[in-house]
Amino acid sequence: MELIDVLVQLVGATIRVSVPLLLACLAGLFSERAGIFDIGLEGKMLAGAFAGASAAAVTGSAWIGLAAAILTAVCFGLVHGFASITHRGNQIVSGVAINFIAAGSTIILGQAWFQQGGRTPSLSGDARFQAITLPGADAVHDVPVIGPIYAEVISGHSLLVYVAFLMVPFTWWVLFRTRFGLRLRAVGENPAAVDTAGISVTWLRYRAVLCTGVLTGIAGAYLSVAQNAGFVKDMTAGKGFIALAALIFAKWKPVPAMFACLLFGFLEAASIRFQGMPWPFIGKVPVQLMQALPYILTVILLAGFIGKAIPPRAGGVPYVKER
Amino acid sequence: MSTPYAKLPRWADYGLIPIINLAVAFFVAGLVVMLVGENPLRAAEILVQGAFGNGQNIAYTLFYATNFIFTGLAVAVAFHCGLFNIGGEGQAYIAGLGVALVCLAFDSVLPWWATFPLAILASAAVGALWALIPAYLLAKRGSHIVITTIMFNFIAASAMVYLLVDVLKPAGSMAPQTRDFLPGAQLPKLGWLLEMFGMTVRSAPLNISFLLALVMAFLVWVLIWRTKLGYEMRTYGFSPKAARYAGISEARIIIITMMVSGALAGMMALNPIMGDQHRVQLDFVTGAGFVGIAVALMGRSHPAGIVPAAILFGVLYQGGAELAFDMPAISRDMIVIIQGLVILFAGALEHMFRPAIQTLFASVSPGSVGVTVVKGEGA
Repeated sequence: MELIDVLVQLVGATIRVSVPLLLACLAGLFSERAGIFDIGLEGKMLAGAFAGASAAAVTGSAWIGLAAAILTAVCFGLVHGFASITHRGNQIVSGVAINFIAAGSTIILGQAWFQQGGRTPSLSGDARFQAITLPGADAVHDVPVIGPIYAEVISGHSLLVYVAFLMVPFTWWVLFRTRFGLRLRAVGENPAAVDTAGISVTWLRYRAVLCTGVLTGIAGAYLSVAQNAGFVKDMTAGKGFIALAALIFAKWKPVPAMFACLLFGFLEAASIRFQGMPWPFIGKVPVQLMQALPYILTVILLAGFIGKAIPPRAGGVPYVKER
Repeated sequence: MSTPYAKLPRWADYGLIPIINLAVAFFVAGLVVMLVGENPLRAAEILVQGAFGNGQNIAYTLFYATNFIFTGLAVAVAFHCGLFNIGGEGQAYIAGLGVALVCLAFDSVLPWWATFPLAILASAAVGALWALIPAYLLAKRGSHIVITTIMFNFIAASAMVYLLVDVLKPAGSMAPQTRDFLPGAQLPKLGWLLEMFGMTVRSAPLNISFLLALVMAFLVWVLIWRTKLGYEMRTYGFSPKAARYAGISEARIIIITMMVSGALAGMMALNPIMGDQHRVQLDFVTGAGFVGIAVALMGRSHPAGIVPAAILFGVLYQGGAELAFDMPAISRDMIVIIQGLVILFAGALEHMFRPAIQTLFASVSPGSVGVTVVKGEGA
């Protein structure tokens, strides 16, 4: 019975840490499928987290926090779009810039507005997205096996967790079953063909960047308004880059993206849960190795040892309409 | 770098446009200062005063600039070959391991002038090796260099935390750092250089790795513009197809460029470790690897531009520290914003003002812009 409890807790923790990865990963999916590389996921998420926690702290409403997070992340996304679509700048450079601007401004503004060393005030009550207990969770809690799984794994998360996992089929549907999705994928492979068909490459790519902004905003809000009770400086801590790694790992597809994020989330949850504990057969594994594992796995994947990851063909290349 | 825009006179291309971009970046930074509720002009005054006010401040400014010259050169060398080495941070961090091993092994037996060359070699070698893996993966397996170097930053950080916490930390010590180096691994200060001009420098950590940085800047210029290898790098950066057609080995040039870049980033570790702290601490790089990106973009990847750009960022670091005393609302993180804005306006948006300037030039003197304007080119 104890094993079940440990497993259930581990899976529950995995889901909670995977959510920001998943949202950021899907955000990157929209952008990169449209041919806009985005290494600014981290920055957008951070800015979203800060705006979300600030707005929630001031207004006392988690929903206003969410809206502020989305709005801020979208603004940062538009800056990226303005630089890389309108002015055909280097997309990597623009993403790096966004990461720095977000990292610096969240601390400076946080200190100026709240004077708590870059933190925002602690959120409670309606200012936070609380865990939702699904109907019957308490009733079945004592049923062996199924009870704890239902109560801990499926029920008892905040709303944004369910939103994140619902976004997976939704993203798949948008990208692979709608006209917008078809065009979005086409613009990432061969923008000239899309242009010839009389569709605006610029407007399509801007819409993709907007989708990225919305999703990174939700990811940021989840971090500061749902998972934690407020913003702490540098709270994304490389999650945007792990999401990027997951995106490559999933070969730019929504459902594999979910599994990649769950895998990386599991690594993180397990490294926290089993910190310093000896593993069977291997012995003690340094916690730093566990933390570095997503990055190492991504490098191995990129090296083509676990199948080849082929990015969208027009990724990173600004589109020049006239010759 | 090829651009879909028409040519401007050289002085406008290399002088006017970067200055306009920089001015806009600082203007936006000024808006942030206003948003925080402080006077941006007063802040700028304190900043400049803090960076140049007395001998000690100047020495600190140049100490920080030393780091940024190394990392800026590292990024620039890769840029010339069309590669984006975003991994300077990790290469410098892991190179601290090379410096540490040399210093810990020889500081009790050798004088500093014998340890220093060994440490230079060790830091360059470790930095180069850390860049070799992403370079090899790009050259042989086509892995995206930006993503792999980012991943290697994180792997380097984890590895160094592990090494400092579990391996290099002396027994009985709590702090995750190596033991203090003996004088055999401490670099001489350069304070006397400033004192010759009648300034008082007290204990600022400016040391001879500043001179090493200047020598490296010169050597990079020689490498890029005066050697066959540099010519091949620039050819590959300008057009990989042309380079292939000219018989330049793609894999060789990528690997060599990245190793040179990694070695330059690695040498940055000498300055804080041997020149200032005399031990290896966690996070001693403090973002210098990333500042290198801004420095290289601002300096247009030319050593003659990189050195002033590095000094400008040294001013921001040192002046920013003083500013944080006088205006507590503006902590050192303001530099991170400025850094981001410089990267945005001097890098990603470098062409934003070009059409306007071009129109201006064309209306004043059509000859200076070139006869026909050729829009766009093969992407």
